Amino acid sequence: MAETHVETVRVQQPDEPVSSPWRDAWRTLRKNRMAIAGFVIIFVFVLLALLAPYITPYAYDKGELIDKNKPPSAEHWFGTDYNGRDVFTRVIYGAQISLRVGLFSVIGSVIAGTFLGLLAGYYGRWVDMIISRLFDIMLAFPSILLAIAIVAMLGPSLENALLAIAIVNIPTYGRLVRSRVLSLKEEEFVMAAKAIGSKNSRIILQHILPNSLAPIIVTGTLGIATAILEAAALGFLGLGAQPPQPEWGLMLSDSRQYIQKAPWTVIFPGLSIMLTVLGFNLIGDGLRDALDPRMKH
Amino acid sequence: MAEDLLIVKNLKKYYPITGGVFGKEIGVVKAVDDVSFTVKRGETLGLVGESGCGKSTTGRSLLRLIEPTAGEVTFDGVNITALTADEMRRMRRHMQIVFQDPFASLNPRHNIEKILEEPLVVHGIGTPAERKKRVREMLEVVGLSSYHAQRYPHQFSGGQRQRIGIARALMLNPKLIVADEPVSALDVSIQSQVLNLMQDLQRELGLTYLFIAHDLSVVRHISDRVGVMYLGRLVELADSETLYAHPLHPYTRALLSAVPSPDPDAARERIILQGDVPSPANPPGGCTFHTRCPHVTEECRSVRPAFQDVGGGHFIACHLYKA
Repeated sequence: MAETHVETVRVQQPDEPVSSPWRDAWRTLRKNRMAIAGFVIIFVFVLLALLAPYITPYAYDKGELIDKNKPPSAEHWFGTDYNGRDVFTRVIYGAQISLRVGLFSVIGSVIAGTFLGLLAGYYGRWVDMIISRLFDIMLAFPSILLAIAIVAMLGPSLENALLAIAIVNIPTYGRLVRSRVLSLKEEEFVMAAKAIGSKNSRIILQHILPNSLAPIIVTGTLGIATAILEAAALGFLGLGAQPPQPEWGLMLSDSRQYIQKAPWTVIFPGLSIMLTVLGFNLIGDGLRDALDPRMKH
Repeated sequence: MAEDLLIVKNLKKYYPITGGVFGKEIGVVKAVDDVSFTVKRGETLGLVGESGCGKSTTGRSLLRLIEPTAGEVTFDGVNITALTADEMRRMRRHMQIVFQDPFASLNPRHNIEKILEEPLVVHGIGTPAERKKRVREMLEVVGLSSYHAQRYPHQFSGGQRQRIGIARALMLNPKLIVADEPVSALDVSIQSQVLNLMQDLQRELGLTYLFIAHDLSVVRHISDRVGVMYLGRLVELADSETLYAHPLHPYTRALLSAVPSPDPDAARERIILQGDVPSPANPPGGCTFHTRCPHVTEECRSVRPAFQDVGGGHFIACHLYKA
């Protein structure tokens, strides 16, 4: 049988869809099943959090004391706690709190850390000296201890816990950005930008920042998971959310004395913490694979 | 028009070596040590030397991409070493650079249009529509197509990227282009294409090149005059014919004898230098080449030879030849 080999030479046509670095990364990410699983988990939690008032007929802060510590049933899917409050209701309202704390604290620390890191890395010398030593001092404390100290100063509340977590994590992003800037500064395309007469501000915003975004996004996504854990830890210690707020860490701490009588009051908030943290970690790992230039070409 | 476009006088670039707990300065690396030369309007001056001899540092510090430690650079009648940062920034439109590594010199997150448009944006030239038009024209000038404008650097080959690098340097109609080993990273077949492109552009646009390379045949092909550097200093400078036919400095002779010949039967006399290049952190006294020179004398070890004209614009720094 005569077989004809048709050689197909792929010629890129002028109207072919362009491939930009971000689009290529998105394509890689879509093929990563673990990352997609992470997205699904987080999407479900976001949906539950946003639609909480429509999903559950109960209020998160009021319960029937007659119904206290009831096991899971058709009326109360996750059972009720020591105040007779519906645990499912509290868990999904808690998702609002945890996602908000995770997201906003990371946004806060990323903005501050990126700003300081860009300054330290680009201008060097005494600017770098001051900023880097500041980071070193902050990193010398265990982060949760520093957060406790900040909350203790400001007074225990959810907002202050969010602020404390944001502050504590600034050096993580600051050092990351600084090291990216230090290596990018030596790249020829940055020198080329200088050679055509670009101002420092333009070099930083157009050339250095866009090329630093990938590691920031990856670390930031993983950082949301850490922030959620830290918020739960502060809540557990009574320094974060205050009763009757349905914060997961606070729920754990409130219910831990009933762990034998009513284990569902502890299991479900704990499981929620675990799942959201897992979800963000999966997304973060997927992003790292998709955005890391060393994995390509 | 034989007026000098660029006059470099006693250019020095020293890098401090710091050590100890308190970062005290314990020495300097003399990357460029007292280099002087001129580049005439419309000519190509080649600058050759082995790796680490300071040719790239020379190119970059005369553009003040690296601040020189000392020396004076006069460009088109203006002493640019005395300009403020902002005046220098505006001056840059007249003096451009093409980099060695076409994979590192283009921002991977910008498409070609954005890369080429940037010089115009920075200097506030033209409206957005005019700028886009000029980008497309320039792509054609360097032998690419206007539809390449929307692509990203990773979609091009090395030769194509180098054309983009040249196009970027040309966007502002500069008078001088410092070409920092523009073809060293390319295949030989692509090298000649890029070199020919650069020569065509020079003829059409009246450009002046300072062409830095370590490949002597490449430099010979493109240069009107050639300067040879060794350990941060210029050792010989002459028009390329004279230099290739009658090299004077012992280092230049050794260098030229190492150029491979396409004729396998050609009788060749290779001068093999002994030893390695000394460290620029601790260069030998007197003539820096005396440790490896076959004609070394007592004078060479103690007195630094002046860089002087021995007749007909043939400059040399060697005690064997006195003016």
